Amino acid sequence: MSKEPIPASAYDMDHAEEVEERRTLAVLVDNEPGVLGRVVGLFSARGYNIESLTVAEVDRGKHRSRITIVTTGTAHMLEQIEAQLLRLVPVAAVIDITKSKRGIERELALVKVAGQGDPRVEALRIAEIFRARVIDTTNESFIFEITGASEKIDQFCELMEPLGLVEVSRTGVLSIRRGKDAG
Amino acid sequence: MDTHTLSDQTQSSLDGARMTGAEMVITALREQGVDTMFGYPGGAVLPIYDALYSEPSIQHVLVRHEQGAGHAAEGYARSTGKCGVALATSGPGATNMVTPITDAMMDSIPMVVITGQVPTHLIGTDAFQECDTVGITRCCAKHNYLVTDVDDLARTLHEAFLIATSGRPGPVVIDIPKDVQFATGTYIGKAGVYKPTYQPKTEPSEHSIRDALDMMAAARRPVFYTGGGVINSGTEASKLLRELQAATGFPVTSTLMGLGAFPASHEDWLGMVGMHGAYEANNAMHDCDLMICVGARFDDRVTGKISAFSPGSRKIHIDIDPSSINKIIRVDVPVIADCKAALQALLDGWKARRLPKPDLSDWKEQIEKWRAVDCFAYPENDGAIRPQYAVERLYELTKDRDTYISTEVGQHQMWAAQHYHFEEPNRWMTSGGLGTMGYGLPAAVGIQAAHRDSLVIDIAGEASVQMVMQEISTAVQHKLPIKVFILNNEWMGMVRQWQELLHGERYSHSYSESLPDFVKLAEAYGAHGIRCDDPAELDAKIMEMIDHDGPVIFDCMVEKAENCLPMIPSGAPHNEMILGKISGDEIDEAGRKMV
Repeated sequence: MSKEPIPASAYDMDHAEEVEERRTLAVLVDNEPGVLGRVVGLFSARGYNIESLTVAEVDRGKHRSRITIVTTGTAHMLEQIEAQLLRLVPVAAVIDITKSKRGIERELALVKVAGQGDPRVEALRIAEIFRARVIDTTNESFIFEITGASEKIDQFCELMEPLGLVEVSRTGVLSIRRGKDAG
Repeated sequence: MDTHTLSDQTQSSLDGARMTGAEMVITALREQGVDTMFGYPGGAVLPIYDALYSEPSIQHVLVRHEQGAGHAAEGYARSTGKCGVALATSGPGATNMVTPITDAMMDSIPMVVITGQVPTHLIGTDAFQECDTVGITRCCAKHNYLVTDVDDLARTLHEAFLIATSGRPGPVVIDIPKDVQFATGTYIGKAGVYKPTYQPKTEPSEHSIRDALDMMAAARRPVFYTGGGVINSGTEASKLLRELQAATGFPVTSTLMGLGAFPASHEDWLGMVGMHGAYEANNAMHDCDLMICVGARFDDRVTGKISAFSPGSRKIHIDIDPSSINKIIRVDVPVIADCKAALQALLDGWKARRLPKPDLSDWKEQIEKWRAVDCFAYPENDGAIRPQYAVERLYELTKDRDTYISTEVGQHQMWAAQHYHFEEPNRWMTSGGLGTMGYGLPAAVGIQAAHRDSLVIDIAGEASVQMVMQEISTAVQHKLPIKVFILNNEWMGMVRQWQELLHGERYSHSYSESLPDFVKLAEAYGAHGIRCDDPAELDAKIMEMIDHDGPVIFDCMVEKAENCLPMIPSGAPHNEMILGKISGDEIDEAGRKMV
């Protein structure tokens, strides 16, 4: 609190709370039984949103897992989400990837498109533009593997829709920060 | 926390010792300084009970229902400042414990609950008395464990005590399958236990203290708003609060949970804040220019209407739990720290700056005007005993004794908070956050088990107490001379009051039909029963209760239709408190929908 003079009433503070923002949070946790349940339970118990969630052990020696959660909420709610997550005993750190200038987010998707003739050719052409790889093919279908920001995958799926989109499987957002340091 | 520990020699000889899981439980409890625990045996905890059989240093209080064990452990913890310990079997034993675990979570009471579980190879098979204890208690405990390897058990037990008693205290559950209790493994002492992800911050930052002191020095209408955190922080915190108050002269109010941290006889004591708090406290909160919240959490029972809560004040919030900051009310200066450390830093800073006691005469004059309203005044006894009068007489006749008070939940709880006055911390045990009817009697059992020679009184309602009536049997068995002082108005009084005010006097299912004869009931249990319905006899009968060497049920028949006032109607701000008669019209549509 370095404002000066002494801050005015709390009610004079800026309340731009109506605006909901999307945030990607990386939650570093001890990989112990039930830890995912604790994190997910906290979101449901307190009425927070989960748009996507990924989890895997990232350091076997230290028993560390990394959970990346994409959530939406008002600034006030997001502040509470971070504080409530840190209250959980196995949570070591919460990193706001969205706010961090050095944050990188990626998602991987497997996209199945079925069709013949022109639409099939068009699907392959678009896949090339998006640098999606074909990982399975039949005479009537492709499965593409695509990596990128979630918006890019959204856009890819949208373009595939009229070309015979059958099914999509997405990992949810993965996150990391640039630079040499961990966390 | 002053805990008795084993001598270093014994401790080191135990480190690395081979023993069964059940023996580890008892050894760890001893090493943690546990002298009393509350429990109920069953199939999945028999090995632990077997290890307890030959353990003279731990007093085991056998309850009649596992919920009683949990609340007793809470009462023990709250009255001693130590960690409460409860033991229950798997399945129904564990599910019966859910209410006290949640209660302890809401009120930040340090408690370790040990539950038995079916053997590991049966987990997930819907075995007899199996339930997913860690799943059920995940959201209502501070932390929980299922221990599947006996070599993890000792570390887990010590870690549970560390987590339950440090930071913001709370309940920790350890679920131990029966085969793990039988298995032999290696014990480790508490010294080696360290949890890297769990490092609560207890010392305040320098800049937060500096900013807080700037505000305090400039304040002209300040108020301390203290809570259960001051009690949790230990008796030293209450002492420091008194010193800081003496240095500053600021008036003090407290939440329900914080009563006793500041002496009620002090001239700057405003009384309790909140829905049924004092007029002077609520108005001071509304009109202050600086609010110093110490270990309280802006609960809805305290704030009333959020948008109109203390509109002209700057706010300092001292809390050990960062998630409490800005959760309900935005504050200007958060001080994330243990109350004791923060109060010490503020006191040191105040002295170092050589700040004079500010001139607060205008503010105190205003407070005296509010105080003159005499908001807790009530009509004379009109034939029947007024419940407020009963509490007042109970206070007058017990205040000079070594007395502990617990309560159930409802009107009687609020009358007790208003008319019984506390000078010291740890003397007042009540269910604040969860509002658990049936808390008080078992809590009294726990308090009395910790303070054998003290006077322990559960101020009860006739409806609440029936939820846990069976625990009077526990008191009789263990020679715990608790006094259950029932304000019997034959109604679920607070429900009735809200129905009167908000539901057109349609008293749906709130009359206590078919009440037992509490005097005969006491006698049936081997306790002493007393009934009083005459104000003129009240003092003599209270003295009879106090002087009786054993548990007493006191059936105090009181005015049936008395409402608990004053009251901030739900959805209203602090300065719209209703003092005298309340009609219900004061509450708007939005307020009616609130609880």
